[in-house]
Amino acid sequence: MSVLLQVSNLSMRFGGLLAVAGVEFSVAPGEIFAIIGPNGAGKTTVFNCISGFYRPTAGRIVLHGGDKSIDLIKVLGGSLRWRNCVRPKQLAEGIYYWFFGGAFRVARAGLARTFQNLRLFRNMTVVENMLIAQHTRLRTGLLPGLFQTPAYRDAERQALEQAAFWLDKVGLLPYANREAGTLAYGQQRRLEIARCMITRPKLLLLDEPAAGLNPQETRELDRLIMELRAEHGVSVLLIEHDMSLVMSISDRILVMEHGRPVTIGTPPEIRADPRVIKAYLGEA
Amino acid sequence: MSTTFLGFIQQVINGLTLGSIYALIAIGYTMVYGIIGMINFAHGEIYMIGSYVGVLVLTALTLLGLQSVPLMLLLTLVVSILVTSAYGWTVERLAYRPLRGSPRLAPLISAIGMSIFLQNYVMLGQGARDISMQPLIAGGWRFGAEGGFQVYLSYMQVLIAVVTVIFMALLTLYISRSRMGRACRACAEDREMANLLGIDTDRVISLTFVLGAALAAVAGVLVGLYYGKINPFIGFVAGIKAFTAAVLGGIGSIPGAMLGGIVLGLTESFASAYLSTQYKDVVAFGLLVLVLLFRPTGLLGKPDVEKV
Amino acid sequence: MTLKRRLPEALSMSLLTALLTLPVLGVHLQVEGLKVALQGDARPVCIAMTAVFLARLFQEPLKQAYSWLNLGRLLPGPQRLATYRTPLLTLLVGAALIWPFFASRGAVDVATLSLIYVMLGLGLNIVVGYAGLLDLGYVAFYAVGAYSYALLAQNFGLGFWECLPVSVAMTATAGCLLGFPVLRLRGDYLAIVTLGFGEIVYLLLNNLDSLTGGPDGVKNIPKPTFFGLEFAREPSTPGGVTFHRFFGLDYRGGDVVIFLFLLALVLVLFILFVIDRLIRMPIGRAWEALREDELACVSLGLNPTVIKLSAFTLGASFGGFAGAFFAARQGFINPESFTFIESAIVLAIVVLGGMGSQIGVILAAVALTVLPEVARQFQEYRMLAFGLVMILMMIWRPQGLLPASRPRLELPQ
Repeated sequence: MSVLLQVSNLSMRFGGLLAVAGVEFSVAPGEIFAIIGPNGAGKTTVFNCISGFYRPTAGRIVLHGGDKSIDLIKVLGGSLRWRNCVRPKQLAEGIYYWFFGGAFRVARAGLARTFQNLRLFRNMTVVENMLIAQHTRLRTGLLPGLFQTPAYRDAERQALEQAAFWLDKVGLLPYANREAGTLAYGQQRRLEIARCMITRPKLLLLDEPAAGLNPQETRELDRLIMELRAEHGVSVLLIEHDMSLVMSISDRILVMEHGRPVTIGTPPEIRADPRVIKAYLGEA
Repeated sequence: MSTTFLGFIQQVINGLTLGSIYALIAIGYTMVYGIIGMINFAHGEIYMIGSYVGVLVLTALTLLGLQSVPLMLLLTLVVSILVTSAYGWTVERLAYRPLRGSPRLAPLISAIGMSIFLQNYVMLGQGARDISMQPLIAGGWRFGAEGGFQVYLSYMQVLIAVVTVIFMALLTLYISRSRMGRACRACAEDREMANLLGIDTDRVISLTFVLGAALAAVAGVLVGLYYGKINPFIGFVAGIKAFTAAVLGGIGSIPGAMLGGIVLGLTESFASAYLSTQYKDVVAFGLLVLVLLFRPTGLLGKPDVEKV
Repeated sequence: MTLKRRLPEALSMSLLTALLTLPVLGVHLQVEGLKVALQGDARPVCIAMTAVFLARLFQEPLKQAYSWLNLGRLLPGPQRLATYRTPLLTLLVGAALIWPFFASRGAVDVATLSLIYVMLGLGLNIVVGYAGLLDLGYVAFYAVGAYSYALLAQNFGLGFWECLPVSVAMTATAGCLLGFPVLRLRGDYLAIVTLGFGEIVYLLLNNLDSLTGGPDGVKNIPKPTFFGLEFAREPSTPGGVTFHRFFGLDYRGGDVVIFLFLLALVLVLFILFVIDRLIRMPIGRAWEALREDELACVSLGLNPTVIKLSAFTLGASFGGFAGAFFAARQGFINPESFTFIESAIVLAIVVLGGMGSQIGVILAAVALTVLPEVARQFQEYRMLAFGLVMILMMIWRPQGLLPASRPRLELPQ
């Protein structure tokens, strides 16, 4: 089985507190992988490490895909550790990423994430939220834009079409020109997912996507995620507390407790595992 | 003892004196930043006002015929601290508190506006030119061979060092032992939590400004005595340098501000002696830029969790 | 009833005011030769005390009157402004083209100065208003623009039009070099580092005598020509043609003033055009998104440093425009024109006009340049007023007097 994301021996320490240790798992292409656990188990910390918002204190995170493998920690740059730079190639890479690295490289590697507390551009319109997401692929040169060359106008038009396509997919097309902050909560969640998908990610990270949704909206979310996987081949890594959603769509589940992994398995295996029940589930 | 070595000692003395002044002002910056996360751009002007009060009170006391130097010094410090604390408190209430929830640029701009306002306010009140006063404490000790280079340690320099140490000690004691001091530390760590636990964060914040202003007043009085001349614009450059000192030592850390002040004072002194007096300011600002680029947490600050 | 309860509070406030104003406004140092005396001046202190006392005592009725007035309502909102924008702009430009031929020389001169501040304001507006970066050392770019033109003219004998692109390029490069290391810093730190840089530039200008002429500055900077025609009584180079001779007119000293004004107008219009295009481009959207939520931008693959750098560099290059033009207009420059006060004035313009609003910035620049000229007797209160304006605007109306929303790209339905 080929591997899309490989997380090895991940640890995250905040000062004196070891939030996460020894986390190890992999996500296959086209797989839906869930991380569950009681509050404080370290799930969001793992997420933040993978998506580049924290620099892990130890471990490796590698995103495979196509012909390249990208070390998601190295591209963060920003810190030159002298002991890591013993070889010239390492030093050159270290210096390069010190200048040009950053968390944004993780997204460019093919990873997109949503946020637990929603991070939309509330004062910008829905369609503009979608356009920003395409920023890295648009013609952002100064001169073409100043002179409004045909190539530039073409690119903008195509960007709008792409935005329209994805908005239609999540049912938000009628709201395209409204400010994102004026949408209902469920609609905002769908917008965030659409915004992720327009970046054509290999891996979609969903941070508690069902939080605050009613049962019907949760079922629609269920359907949407399955559709995204089936039609667009995206793999999904999600954190979730809603067990019905997790059990129904996940291929495999990682259970965490107190910052450490408890077990990995398929939904039936997890449901039956006594350790998991003890740690967390109580009831299915 | 060789001349070079004596010259070096002289620079160390000058640097420590300068550093003490910076340290006193830097504490104001670091305490305010530690508790509300903003740079009080107007703090340099508070120091400047302190120096003006110092000069005026000392002149008044001299005119009244007071002779006892310790008494004059004490009275001056008391009055100056009183006035600048009032300014510190008022500035916070008027220009910063209304903007506490606003997006980050607003309090910054308000602070800059307040800095410009205070500078010109004093300029209008007291004139743009230097005002001077007779040196109160003159003389000092000389070390070294007669006829050769002599290290000069003035009484004023010793006074500055002593007064600085006293006030630093008082502040440290207060912060670590008293109830309000504990409240200050709690608010600096986690203001929301402190609020939930029943601490009146507004009062603590006001107190922080007042304490910072008081120390700036001390610095102002000492500077007036040391240089004998002040003008409404000394707060600007001193403010930037004191902020550099605060960042150098680790913003939010009081011992850091003290250390940063000393380090900056020494650096500036050496730069002015061994490089060029004209470029000493460039060195100070350059140091600020370098520190912020390569070690923004400063010497004593805890390295931030590697949040990318 | 409430008045009585307010009494002790009002009294204590006025006592506080006394404490504050007495040392600064109430006591003056008089030096006559060797004699030193202190002179008390009770008037300002009493005025301040009374004012504070009354304001505090009648706080409630005053607040009610203020909200009843609702001054904010008088100002047009962003939507109204957008519809009136084009006709308003055409009207202004038309008037501006005709006016200098009928106005006095002094007035045109002041107007040209205000156009320089408009350029500076528009440039800083990109950095502060659109990208949300507080740059307190903007004067450094103004200085680079001015000195690069001055020194190129002095050392290589080049004219304004040859030097302008070079000056702008040099300023843009300076912006890039300064910005790259510095833009990763948080808001406060960025502000103070840019402040430090502005000071460093000023100190270098003052001290690098051999290069910049030190405190004396650079003199004899040539004025711009009209397609090679000089505005002077006699041509400076043999074989050169002066403007009046070419068109068969009499020489008038006022011609060059009008020419400079029109040239400044052209530069301003150019800058406005560029900015207008920019904010409709992806980069303009990126600036707004970055200002709103940097983490969300990062999560979408946007490189915040590069985006901030583009704003910084563009803002800097407009400062360069203004600087080069300033040097050409003045004929001589020295470091005193490039102190922190200039940065503060431009910041006040952006804050007053509205961060992100072109019209607002233009009007604020004009107001803040023209008013001090008109009200000469209040000259010494100018900076005091600027400081107060900045504080009050942040408390009362942080979006500026004439906030404008960015034109949005819409999906055709």
